[in-house]
Amino acid sequence: MARNDRMSGNEAVAYAMKQINPDVMGAFPITPSTEIPQYFSTYVANGEVDTEFVAVESEHSAMSTCMAAQAAGGRAITATSSAGMALMWEMLYVTASARLPVTMALVNRALTGPININNDHSDSMGARDSGWIQLYAETNQEAYDNFVQAMPIGENKEVRLPVMVCQDGFITSHAVENIELLDDEIVKNFVGEYEPEHYLLKKENPLAVGPYDISNYYMEHKKQQAEAMKNAKPVILEVARRFAEISGRSYGFFEAFEMEDAEVALVLIGSSAGTAKETVKQLRKEGKKVGLVKIRVFRPFPMEELAETLNGVKAVAVMDKAESFSACGGPLFAEVRSALYDLENRPKTINYVYGLGGRDICVEDFAMIYDQLFEIGRTGDAGEVYRHIGQREQEV
Amino acid sequence: MKDIVEIRWHGRGGQGAKTACLLLADVAFSSGKYVQGFPEYGPERMGAPITAYNRISKERCTVHSNIYQPDYVIVVDETLLSAVDVTKGLKESGAIIINSEKTPGELRHLLRGYQGQVYTIDARRISEETLGRYFPNTPMLAAAVKVSNVVDADHFIKDMEESFRHKFGSRTNIIEGNMKALKKSLEEVCCG
Repeated sequence: MARNDRMSGNEAVAYAMKQINPDVMGAFPITPSTEIPQYFSTYVANGEVDTEFVAVESEHSAMSTCMAAQAAGGRAITATSSAGMALMWEMLYVTASARLPVTMALVNRALTGPININNDHSDSMGARDSGWIQLYAETNQEAYDNFVQAMPIGENKEVRLPVMVCQDGFITSHAVENIELLDDEIVKNFVGEYEPEHYLLKKENPLAVGPYDISNYYMEHKKQQAEAMKNAKPVILEVARRFAEISGRSYGFFEAFEMEDAEVALVLIGSSAGTAKETVKQLRKEGKKVGLVKIRVFRPFPMEELAETLNGVKAVAVMDKAESFSACGGPLFAEVRSALYDLENRPKTINYVYGLGGRDICVEDFAMIYDQLFEIGRTGDAGEVYRHIGQREQEV
Repeated sequence: MKDIVEIRWHGRGGQGAKTACLLLADVAFSSGKYVQGFPEYGPERMGAPITAYNRISKERCTVHSNIYQPDYVIVVDETLLSAVDVTKGLKESGAIIINSEKTPGELRHLLRGYQGQVYTIDARRISEETLGRYFPNTPMLAAAVKVSNVVDADHFIKDMEESFRHKFGSRTNIIEGNMKALKKSLEEVCCG
């Protein structure tokens, strides 16, 4: 029987880790993800899991440990944030290209500077090209559910890619909210055993992991990696279907909220989607046809599916919780706008960069954005598409 | 209780305002409510002003912003009244609860024209009498429950006793001290 509880997003993810009981955790503490290895090390100390907890001296070593453990044939996990993940940078790429399905709990925090401990998506967005699958959560529940689904996705033989399970630092990681937890046995059966065909400790078939790749082979390997990311799409949906059977909770590449007849829409990622849902509910009561799309899977990017959902909408605001200094919009904007390009009657799109370094965004802010979208729908003029919201303007 | 009650805590780092906020989420959860308990994080250090929030509702609340128009404000440290605009956005239909030995009437002039109800509770005296040390968060939690009525007081007492037993095990003097602090606070919180 599922159990109703209340816990923070960090505790929820640590709890999922406990239920999975992986072989190795390599971790180094960094705010706001520190609680995850902290809770997990308690489970280790209490003998509730038989995981080998490796307290490393840096995040670079944490990811190296995970990569090595996974290459040896084990199942490895880590947790980190912001500058912690930045220090893993090289190993993120090595892990993905060695096709080792390590699972990371990433608690999103601004990637410095000035130094800041609060939430935005600049850490994971920076890693979007590293070859990791990226799942994002609105709530503690989704962070837990995504973590339970991560290994069946990443370890699938058609995929074999590492998975980053992201949640918003402090906003969900440190907020205690209601949650429904699955039974240990159900999670264990759902996740199953990790059975790689090739691994370092398999004596019948010795292999090298991570050797030099000459030009004559490199491109083929990269193409295979790109194919694996494409293969992840049907696997993600199949795992979600199986997950719905054990939990009653449905997941896809994104959640379309009140999109059926929406004239204007937001596209966004993470906890702020919950705040925007409240705006949608309020505006719907006034008869305004507004909707939103909350991206759950950013890598692989659900291009065709998103275009289908946004087809017919007059104006779309894409919300980026990361600045990419492109001088023309954030990373989600670039992807969404590109996805809409082939539609015959594509919506007008604008971009809002918001919430950097923990800057709050409220129900009223989203109402203001929907107002602007209706105006753009009426006039057909998007104006300046690259915008920021929530900052104080310097007087000139 | 209304469909949703929003509460803002003001304290100083180290006084347990965050813990009290999370405990309130706990007791509201065990009475079948949907809860949010979340502190606002920054470079915290002992003595610095901190803020924490609760949303307690009948249906799940999806809003993940801070609370700008709270129904209740709880001030764990009286010296914050001059340092922080504690009544900012506080609904006139709501109330503020202040840890102070003074009466509500003596403090109202510090509240920047707030017209709603003002409660005070002498959490220092209660804590020192029952626990022998200054832990203001236990009495403040009880006062919050009493005034906001988000949880039935009897249910609250029963629930806290179980929670303390779970947390402190055989250290009965700590459990008893905390229970006394809660009960005393429920009785003594006064409105003006």
